[in-house]
Amino acid sequence: MKEPAKQETMALNGDEAVALAAKQCDVDVVAAYPITPQTIIVEKFSEYVANGEVQTEFICTESEHSAMTACLAASLTGARAFTASASAGLALMHEMLFVTSGCRAPVVMAVANRALSAPLNIHGDQSDSMAERDSGWVHIYVESSQEAYDSIIQAFKIAEDLNVSLPVIVGLDGFTLSHSLENVDVLSEDTVKQFIGERQLPTVVTHEGKTVPLKLDPENPMTMGPIAFPNYYFEFKRQQQEGMNNALRRIQEVNSEYAELSGRSYGNGLVDTYNLEDAEIAVVCVGSTCGTLKVVVDELRQEGVKAGLLRLRTFRPLPVEDLRKSLANVAAIAVMDKSMSFGGLGGAVFCEIRHALYDEKQHPPIVNYIYGLGGRDTRPSELRGVFEDLIGIAKTGRVEKQVNYLGLRE
Amino acid sequence: MTTQTTQEWNFTAKDIATQPDLFLSGHRACAGCGPATVLRLIMKATRGPTIVTEATGCMEVVSSIYPYTSWNLPWLHTAFENAAANASGIDAALKAMSKKGKLKEHIDVIALAGDGGTYDIGLQALSGAVERGHDFLFVLYDNEGYMNTGIQRSGGTPLGAATTTTPAGKVIPGKLEKKKPITEIMLAHDMPYVATAIPYYWKDMLVKVRKGLEVEGPAFLHVFAPCPRGWRSEPGKTLEYSKLAVETCVFPVWEAVNGKRQLSTPSKLIALAPQKKRPVTDYLAGQGRFRHLFTPQNQHIIDEMQRLIDERWQKLTQKCEPA
Repeated sequence: MKEPAKQETMALNGDEAVALAAKQCDVDVVAAYPITPQTIIVEKFSEYVANGEVQTEFICTESEHSAMTACLAASLTGARAFTASASAGLALMHEMLFVTSGCRAPVVMAVANRALSAPLNIHGDQSDSMAERDSGWVHIYVESSQEAYDSIIQAFKIAEDLNVSLPVIVGLDGFTLSHSLENVDVLSEDTVKQFIGERQLPTVVTHEGKTVPLKLDPENPMTMGPIAFPNYYFEFKRQQQEGMNNALRRIQEVNSEYAELSGRSYGNGLVDTYNLEDAEIAVVCVGSTCGTLKVVVDELRQEGVKAGLLRLRTFRPLPVEDLRKSLANVAAIAVMDKSMSFGGLGGAVFCEIRHALYDEKQHPPIVNYIYGLGGRDTRPSELRGVFEDLIGIAKTGRVEKQVNYLGLRE
Repeated sequence: MTTQTTQEWNFTAKDIATQPDLFLSGHRACAGCGPATVLRLIMKATRGPTIVTEATGCMEVVSSIYPYTSWNLPWLHTAFENAAANASGIDAALKAMSKKGKLKEHIDVIALAGDGGTYDIGLQALSGAVERGHDFLFVLYDNEGYMNTGIQRSGGTPLGAATTTTPAGKVIPGKLEKKKPITEIMLAHDMPYVATAIPYYWKDMLVKVRKGLEVEGPAFLHVFAPCPRGWRSEPGKTLEYSKLAVETCVFPVWEAVNGKRQLSTPSKLIALAPQKKRPVTDYLAGQGRFRHLFTPQNQHIIDEMQRLIDERWQKLTQKCEPA
């Protein structure tokens, strides 16, 4: 492996790390609206603009709906666009998230994951972006501020890949990551710019047979965002799925390319495993709680318990093959969900994992733990309890209670 | 923001005939569609490279049925409530690319929306974009209702009109509320250019489009565009109804440059010779949406309409600079 590029260690919280990454990616347009716990991102970026450190056009929109719209329109005009949101803001964007992926606009958005109302709560959980899982965006969840920085850079390279051409959400847990100071190794601006390069535009062939860039361009008039009736709509949607399939490969490639550049990688980009190879019991989790889980796994390992962890980094597209490969041979699995699917059979992640393993010859028993809603603290002792439950489940091969709530008064 | 409207624009029939169409035939608008006539005409007043963005609505739906299009210029639709936010994003992208030397020429941006996409669901995005000072012309084609979804009432529907959500019933005789004064709201934004126009006076309308494009910063043009389907009027009388709207002072034409408002010629002539102002019944007659008003028990609604028109007209003439 090559020597990694020179880097500087900075004390940054997750939001600041995201803003710095967006700056280094030389975005043309940022359109955003303030919402806790994302606000530091737009504040920090506004400072870059005010101090002339970027050439970005910054639009302080009057709503998140307009923020996403402006990013989409800017992207379709050929610009590189970025925004950030959370919770109610993301929910207000809901309509435009589908339009953005449907228009195949490679917008990148940081989501500082936060609970949804009611009751009003500004603290971290993943209800907001989990509710957008079918919006056609690539969803990457990070474990640390370092990874938040790295993932924003990677996100542009994934989104703008011509075989992907899909928008990307990078989710970082509200407050736990967004507001916690961490040492972050940062690349130089030139290194980042060189890594992601200028935005390449897809090309299309016009009626006259001319190959032209796909953008709003008076030289080559194009109708974008048309109405498609039942005779065409379905094919558009199928093509989006193809973009997702390609993203599965591209995320892994970018993870490797970035590892060469920085010396840092996150599993294969899709799943990040910890002591899973020989594990008998495993926990699957998304986001920052994986950090705490690693500590618990270490403790258990010292005690001779073969515990392991799978961090699902990429939730969309779902890395089904990786999940099957990594999890089929453990004796029992617990899936952690930081959001709820009311009336459903467990949380969103639980459903996906259980579904992915269904066709395996021997699918292990799987149990679900809903945790941390509205920023409820999740302690190592509680997570240890999850593993202890798993030891019991592994012995009996039976799950008594499929969906459990961790750290809840009942 | 500076406003250059010193040049006297004039468009002749020859200009219209020789200027290539940018809104092409083959669209699926109804016979006698006011908005379709308006769009075809106003695109003749563009002055160079232009990007058009449009809210969901009649004109969007009839003109962009995949894989066909009526737009001979770059055109974007994303959703209903956000034509002005689209324009914001396009404007910002053009500015960013221009700063980076990737764009050499100026490109005009036009946002189009119907009354639903302006008065109601689109008002927030419009207000935000104007407050931020984006350089774009917003054209409201006002056919006074949600015609695309089947003639429902909007904030732009006038008092007394029957729509499918304000039907002329046994107890409630059509819409009970007044038309929202949208241009007053836009003027209150302290924006450089606000104007009203109708397709009958097409020269006046085209000059206003050109002025709106020339202004640096946001411009707002309110065009009155009759809808024979929604108004239950004869398709052949679309332009006539737009003219009657001016002659009855239902829809006066004027422009405000940097907040200084002046009546445009057709309305100015009425202000100078008040006897030329026709009664509202001349305008209402023949429109099916007002038919239920021509009964003794609903006469008071017509009286109220006339009173409102007179009141708004009087206020308007007071607010206008002397000719």
